[in-house]
Amino acid sequence: MFKITSDVITGEEVREAVEAPDAGAVVLFFGTVRNNTDGRAVSFLEYEAYPPMAEKKMAEISEEIAKKWGIDRVAMIHRVGKLEIGEVSVAVAVASPHRKDGFEACQYAMNRLKQIVPIWKREVWADGETEWVKPDAVFFEELPEKK
Amino acid sequence: MKVTVKYFAVCHEMLNRSEEEMELPEDATVRTILKRLEEEWPEIAEFYEVMQMSVNWEYATEDTELSEGDEVALIPPVTGGTDV
Repeated sequence: MFKITSDVITGEEVREAVEAPDAGAVVLFFGTVRNNTDGRAVSFLEYEAYPPMAEKKMAEISEEIAKKWGIDRVAMIHRVGKLEIGEVSVAVAVASPHRKDGFEACQYAMNRLKQIVPIWKREVWADGETEWVKPDAVFFEELPEKK
Repeated sequence: MKVTVKYFAVCHEMLNRSEEEMELPEDATVRTILKRLEEEWPEIAEFYEVMQMSVNWEYATEDTELSEGDEVALIPPVTGGTDV
């Protein structure tokens, strides 16, 4: 399951999607809306996505994980629209025979998601100002190659 | 030929539209679109360094050749997930 949604994310959707009888571990990650950025109070967040491309890129990340760890049970869902403090913006589930690979693959999925999946976050500050968030430095090191 | 061009996040706001149809010459590439946008919004050139383009949901380069009906998008630096 690779999905962009405007609905509340419970985590059950990704957990169920990776269920497998040979799994000894399911690693579940939630990204949640924090009430501040570097100490500045955030009122709420708005996420925007390019859904068909985002879902395609999520599927590609899953293929990368299959190659690196041999894990083929990965699910990702990201919410768009207005999100309040504490709400879940993204959930990733990875099922694997053993936990070590599952934790690594889940971490990898999130890192890649922030690099190649077209989703944008806008912070609306408590004072009413808004700002599109700039990416981490890692983004610029991992840009798809330009010719 | 006609292509659809989509704008997201900061591009959407600066250009004040989320998508449009563009009539382009038959030998058009992604660069043709960038040049045309630059005429309307010269500041956009500063963003080109960090911005990606996509054609039909795949990252593309300025030299990528376009075909009738293609869906092109300007992809500002992505910030999905959270800073965790």
